[in-house]
Amino acid sequence: MDKSSTTVIAELSPLDKALINLLQHGLPVCERPFEQIAQELNSTEEEVIEHLNQLLESKVLSRFGPMFDAACLGGAFTLAALSVPEKDFKRVTEQVNSFEQIAHNYRRDHAYNMWFVIATESQEEINQVIEKIEEKTHLSVLNTPKLEEFYVGLYLPV
Amino acid sequence: MSVSTFQSEALTSLERQYILLTQNGLPIVAKPYHWIATQLEISVEEVLALTKDFQERGIIRRIAAVPNHYKLGYKFNGMTVWDINDEQALKFGNAVGQLRFVSHCYLRPRHLPNWNYNLFAMVHGKTQQEIQQFRSQIKELLKEVLVTREDDVSQSIPTRSNDMLTSTQILKKTGLRLKRKAVS
Repeated sequence: MDKSSTTVIAELSPLDKALINLLQHGLPVCERPFEQIAQELNSTEEEVIEHLNQLLESKVLSRFGPMFDAACLGGAFTLAALSVPEKDFKRVTEQVNSFEQIAHNYRRDHAYNMWFVIATESQEEINQVIEKIEEKTHLSVLNTPKLEEFYVGLYLPV
Repeated sequence: MSVSTFQSEALTSLERQYILLTQNGLPIVAKPYHWIATQLEISVEEVLALTKDFQERGIIRRIAAVPNHYKLGYKFNGMTVWDINDEQALKFGNAVGQLRFVSHCYLRPRHLPNWNYNLFAMVHGKTQQEIQQFRSQIKELLKEVLVTREDDVSQSIPTRSNDMLTSTQILKKTGLRLKRKAVS
């Protein structure tokens, strides 16, 4: 489990659920998108806007807006991993996280037990960060940059 | 369809300003594109045209709400990894990406002998059992193309055709952002 099991599952009204389900798929690009959404859900523009703002405020929605392809924001990315001896795990976590280029880092249950995303301005900088991590930790980095990305159909129905 | 890698093609100054303004989200108001228009000092028609153009170029995937997995009860995730036949990898990677419980799907390089997996698919579910079922569904889909390998004496990790790595702790999490200094 990723977060402590104390994370509270949100209580949602039928309109909240319908909005979450519908808006994961995307919003029409037009002047008054929430008016269109309201018509589909037999609601009003004001009510839709009010509920969505509440969902954002209570962090049921983490974000609303354009989903950009990360690559278009410029820079280079890779996913990399380390196989860290248990006794060194805390030290290596601190060493790896100390690089500002590390965007995400997860512990996973595998011989490769530390997986992190390196985000930099250039491919060259990716290689430099990997070299520095290897120097600091005395461990060999498994570098798995994406070769191909597939469109995904993720949908989390509520 | 696979997504062709976006070569950080020259974005116009206006396009960069649009991304900087909206990458943290849009206000939920009756006319969100008017808000962008005011900020960028262009007409709402131009904003709508630019947004549609971004969508056509794959720079914007969609305008959407992103739910917090945990708050909706999706507390479990697994990084499923697969060793599949290279010739069939594009076709089958595409099929796996279309499953509704997959949030990321990539081909990545193998590093033999210790890392033989070339397809990665992240799955999300409400229970441990559910993500195990998702893994089984992917396995069923990939059964014809899974690679079987002999173990090499030098390797420390035994070879399997697939695995699922569940996360046990978030060690660091920050957002990916276009940096202001990148604006010329």
